[in-house]
Amino acid sequence: MKHISSSSYLTAIYLFFYIPILVLIAYSFNNAQYSLVWHGFSMRWYNDLFSDSDLWVAVLHSCILGISAATIAMCIGGLTAISLYRYHFFGRKILYGLIFILILSPDIVMGISLLILFSLLQVTLGFWSLLLAHITFCIPFVVVTVYSRIVSFDEYIFEAAKDLGAKDSVILTRIILPLLWPALFSGWLLSFTLSIDDVIISYFVAGPDFEILPLKIYSMVRLGVKPEINALCAVTFGLTLTLIVISQVILRKKP
Amino acid sequence: MTNNIIELRDVSKSINDHSILSDLNLEVRNGEFLTLLGPSGCGKTTLLRLISGFEDPTTGTIFINGKDVNGLPPHLRHVHTVFQSYALFPHMTVFENVAFGLRCQKLPKDEINQRVAEVLKTVKLEKYAKRKPDQLSGGQQQRVAIARAVVNRPLVLLLDEPLSSLDYRLRKTMQIELKQLQRKLGITFIFVTHDQEEALSMSDRVVVMHEGCIEQIGTPRQVYEAPQNLTVAQFIGEANIFDSEIVAVDGNQLTVNIQGKHRTIKSPRSFAVNQKVHILVRPEDLRVWDHAEVENSNNMYPGVVEEVIYKGTTVDLMVRLANGQLVAATEFFDEDDDRLEYAIGEPVFATWLSGWEVVLPHETP
Amino acid sequence: MKHHDGILKFFSLSIIWLWLVIFALLPFCLVTLASFASHDDIHLLSFPVTFANFQELNNSIYVKIFKQSFYIAGICTLICLLLGYPFAYIIARMQSRYKSLFTLLIVIPFWTSSLIRTYSMITMLKPKGVISSILMALGIIDKPLSLLFTDTAVMIGLVYNLLPFMILPLLTNIERLDNRLVDAARDLGANRFTTFRKIILPLTMPGILSGCILVFLPAMTIFYIPDLLGGSKSILLGNLIQNQFLIAQNWPLGSAISVVFTLMLAILLFIYWRSTGKKEHREFL
Repeated sequence: MKHISSSSYLTAIYLFFYIPILVLIAYSFNNAQYSLVWHGFSMRWYNDLFSDSDLWVAVLHSCILGISAATIAMCIGGLTAISLYRYHFFGRKILYGLIFILILSPDIVMGISLLILFSLLQVTLGFWSLLLAHITFCIPFVVVTVYSRIVSFDEYIFEAAKDLGAKDSVILTRIILPLLWPALFSGWLLSFTLSIDDVIISYFVAGPDFEILPLKIYSMVRLGVKPEINALCAVTFGLTLTLIVISQVILRKKP
Repeated sequence: MTNNIIELRDVSKSINDHSILSDLNLEVRNGEFLTLLGPSGCGKTTLLRLISGFEDPTTGTIFINGKDVNGLPPHLRHVHTVFQSYALFPHMTVFENVAFGLRCQKLPKDEINQRVAEVLKTVKLEKYAKRKPDQLSGGQQQRVAIARAVVNRPLVLLLDEPLSSLDYRLRKTMQIELKQLQRKLGITFIFVTHDQEEALSMSDRVVVMHEGCIEQIGTPRQVYEAPQNLTVAQFIGEANIFDSEIVAVDGNQLTVNIQGKHRTIKSPRSFAVNQKVHILVRPEDLRVWDHAEVENSNNMYPGVVEEVIYKGTTVDLMVRLANGQLVAATEFFDEDDDRLEYAIGEPVFATWLSGWEVVLPHETP
Repeated sequence: MKHHDGILKFFSLSIIWLWLVIFALLPFCLVTLASFASHDDIHLLSFPVTFANFQELNNSIYVKIFKQSFYIAGICTLICLLLGYPFAYIIARMQSRYKSLFTLLIVIPFWTSSLIRTYSMITMLKPKGVISSILMALGIIDKPLSLLFTDTAVMIGLVYNLLPFMILPLLTNIERLDNRLVDAARDLGANRFTTFRKIILPLTMPGILSGCILVFLPAMTIFYIPDLLGGSKSILLGNLIQNQFLIAQNWPLGSAISVVFTLMLAILLFIYWRSTGKKEHREFL
């Protein structure tokens, strides 16, 4: 009895999560403009989608932005996490606290504050402003991901390496990086996803010359339901799913 | 040139104004197996870290091979450490772990291969060279950690409680293996432990530490049979302590008053009449007799058996003496003596052979 | 050698400090300064320094939006907790070999773009949409029901978007709970309810608090949910700030709203910080 009630509860929540997405995907194949009724299978919305060159530009922009932001954030965040763990320095706790506050601080406040900064520094809103903003909100997530992994190591392995004559640079390249790469990779992936999905911050710091996918979707969605958007969402969802599965497979393997 | 591989002169260490070690002087002889023994928090690990160079002394000097090593980084001291958790690099094979130090020195590849193979053979791990640490048992990991340190041919090997994470049986085996390995390599071992049995069975000399000070340095037999003070006596093995007073002194012959009875004992130390002392008797030296066996109870202390613990080769008795003191006695089985069947509550007499006790000056606890 | 080691440390630390100072601390100081600036039609920000923006916030419209935002975010957090806790609990204590699959099924919505998920809700909620059609087919209602553009739709959208953020920290926390403690409590004679109240609840409190924070904070500021699902009346703080910056072009007022909002959150977080004794802060990923 207890088993039945708990499994039906799980089912209900999972249905809540997945039905809207599945309906969306189903409609993306529906051969009708507005109707809810099934009019037969069709790929025409995907054809529309793939021939929309504006959209492809936005996708390309988002990928460039996501990959650069994630890579830079991974480097800076990774170095920060390693320093937080390895060194004792003035303001270590402040740095840690700051990173924490940055994770918790509302996106919208970060968005407007960067907007004010960029306008005062007269940075043209576009690729560079987006890149700086995205790196900024990705760094804390990388730091947290990498740091939580690094504290799980036996702290003496670094001392052992030092004892055996390894310089800091050798410790970094031969011990820390090989052990940390799954964490760095998941930090990168997290950053990439955050960057690709971000609407709120990008909304403030994007410029007209550099359109990115989430803002493109947002502007399309605001105009109402269109089967083409259904197709776009279905594709994006499929990509997300693939990324998650890849990351699960890679991270499941232990070094 | 002295025969000391390591010398500590007035070494003190404080962290945040909190004194960890104070004014230590220690000489480590070349090739010996020296154990730092003490309860946790006594500063033995800190002492090890001062020698290895992970920390610097607040005051004092450390000499390794006659050279002042102050400020010298760990890997230039010709001293290597085997860590408590082994600290093996989890992503490297056994071979790579052992070769790590040699690769850091940028030695030629052939020499690395040859030296690693040699040392793996010494620790009997040549078949496991390609495995990763998590595919090895605890004892094997332990040997990799030792191999990784000795392959660099250190003058001294520092071992920080290396056996504490092994189970009892394996620990016993590893104790013997470590001792044999040390003889074979001829390297000085400085071994840290809080297990007195381990210290006594493995070491050439034992350094007993307590609250940041060295209490006694000596062979295992010296620290056990002739402890210099109560702390050492109580930390190493069990001890029954009788509070007592000197009644008469005649050379090294002392007459003491224990619980109203006079006894004549011997001590190499000199004491004055009326001086308060502790008389220390190890449980295995304390004899317990039941009433039927005793004719003259002059030199004996009456009591009641409170607990009987059968241990296979011995029987441990807890006896409550007439003055309320609880003493422990270990009786060995003797084929000619079947009277080891003590009952709880049975009245008995406890005594020991004069000369088997240790007399220590009174210390206020 | 020491010199060489120092370079790496110096490099890492200076780069992160520079970055945080320029792109996090400085911008926030600028927002604070901007909230004291004056507004005119030519310049986005100008002198003289004034408190006028904060005085304007006393206006009943703004007070109402603040109240409504906190209210909606609060209710949304509560719903997520009530829905999410039993869910996380069942999965965490599950013995099944499919457990990792079940967990993955929660991680997927967590990673999927929330914009897309919000959009998918439109199809569900619109008149002639899925829910309305099902209800009509079942004969429960007789004319199309429009849930879209109501506060209810905003609430559903928020819960739909934020529920994974509640479930995941709870899941990690409950999984770490030592089963033997529960057994011990039952063994000592506590009934299910007492065991839950006295053992499970206090031990999973860090997870509950992290989850609540992760739901409550975004709930007030995801401006595109009220924008897409709510009517013109559904304005939350996020929309208000966005309006002031991008439509009304009144940066000083927008900044003032952000400053007040941030202060309120800071107070909330401070209470949380004190109550958990500063530990377990990296719980939630």
